[in-house]
Amino acid sequence: MTNAILCLTLIITGLSIQFATPGTVIKFKTAVSVHNIAGILLSLSYAAFFIGNLLTTNGAYYVIPVKGFLDRLLKQFRYYTVGLFKKEDAPFPVSEENKFNPLQQSTYVVLMYAMVPFVILSGWGLLYPEITVKSFVGYSGLDLTDLFHIIAGFTISIIMCVHIYFCTIGKSPWSNFKSMLNGYHESH
Amino acid sequence: MLLMIFTLAFTLVKTSDNNAPEQKVQTEKIIPTKIDLSKFKNAEQNEKCLKCHGQTKYSYENAESKQTVTKRMYAELVLNRDVFYVSNHKGFKCTDCHSEDYETFPHAGNLRMETKANCIDCHGGDEKYAKFKFEQIESEFQASVHSEKHSKDFTCWMCHNAHTYKINARTNENLKQTITYDNLICLHCHGDVNNYQLLTDKEKPNLLQKHEWLPNQASHFTNVRCIECHAKNEDTLVVAHHIMSKKNAVRKCEACHSKNSILYASLYKQQVKENIQKEGIFKGLLMADATTIGPDKSNTLNIISILIFALTMLAIAIHAAFRIKKSS
Repeated sequence: MTNAILCLTLIITGLSIQFATPGTVIKFKTAVSVHNIAGILLSLSYAAFFIGNLLTTNGAYYVIPVKGFLDRLLKQFRYYTVGLFKKEDAPFPVSEENKFNPLQQSTYVVLMYAMVPFVILSGWGLLYPEITVKSFVGYSGLDLTDLFHIIAGFTISIIMCVHIYFCTIGKSPWSNFKSMLNGYHESH
Repeated sequence: MLLMIFTLAFTLVKTSDNNAPEQKVQTEKIIPTKIDLSKFKNAEQNEKCLKCHGQTKYSYENAESKQTVTKRMYAELVLNRDVFYVSNHKGFKCTDCHSEDYETFPHAGNLRMETKANCIDCHGGDEKYAKFKFEQIESEFQASVHSEKHSKDFTCWMCHNAHTYKINARTNENLKQTITYDNLICLHCHGDVNNYQLLTDKEKPNLLQKHEWLPNQASHFTNVRCIECHAKNEDTLVVAHHIMSKKNAVRKCEACHSKNSILYASLYKQQVKENIQKEGIFKGLLMADATTIGPDKSNTLNIISILIFALTMLAIAIHAAFRIKKSS
């Protein structure tokens, strides 16, 4: 819940900074401060997630078994595009061993182990420009960092939109949001 | 060897035709120069001056006591050949701008009152220099705090030395160097209490303290020119000369960190234009040194991102519509 709020805050303030023109709704200075604070808090939260996954069994949910990966991915994809409408059962129902379906799992792995670390590192690079490489193959290091930060932030935003929509695919459109709050999953 | 000949030649020249006792000047230890003086047609004549003014000390024979006196040359009267002969004014001879009476030693006292020519005195109204817009520089300067607060004490010379001036902002491809070069001009007084107090009795403000509000101060100081915030920038001048009072200085982050960034005027505008010419629109615009963190600078990227976002939303809408249709 905290993470969701932080992410939303970062996206909104990030957009406000990106499309800044004097006199926008959120004051530039406020947007920057809020973006910085939310970014630092999310970094801490991510560090807890990362360390937690190393130390506890939760990390296992993020390990993708290579064998039959593509098949499982296609199966889930077929369910979302065809099976769902035929009232078929979900091919990979949520259980204690199986928190994520294959499509969900691979998206989360890319998100949590590539995009989020990337956006956090580039964010810190922009917060402390002195630590950023001065130039990279002839381009300004700071500008590249800025560009990557924006691209990663945008990708995460898109994933978040799809993610929120997919949350409505549950027993009822609201049941998955309920499980986020109480921790219990209602099966279809 | 050449210098020795000049020196000898000069000491033999009758240096005075006024009533002051004639004195012979000897020079020692001339500051070594890497410059090939034979390339400059006025160098030989200039050496008459530079054999004293080109070094940190000079000696002369006191006509009365017949003794050789060695004196230090005041730092601001020393002219380094290595700097002068690569400067924009390298082709001139000393007496083009200074009185020919200086050819007499000791120099007559009233020569101290000689007025120095300002930039506009030579460059004004000249077609050849039209592109440098000296008239606009002059009028911007006249409207600036430098001119208003210091009246006639403040001349072009406070910031530009005609002996060492070398065109920079227009020709230097290294933006960082241009920024440093331009900022050092300001710091000559604003970073040096002695120079600052030549013009005012006011206590020199501490620049680091005054700019404490500025986030990432060190980065701003090395990447932005002082005049970007402290001068009224017009698109038509690469180096703005209309320095404003501190209450009018830019303090709003979004003045630079926005699509309509004030940085896109003047120097940066030119840099971006040149970059586009050299690197092509995409690379030139996206990778120009002259961009600020935060705001969108590439329309292409904006269009791509809006397109991706629209397609995602469309896919979600179609999916949702099918779900609603099936469940009803």
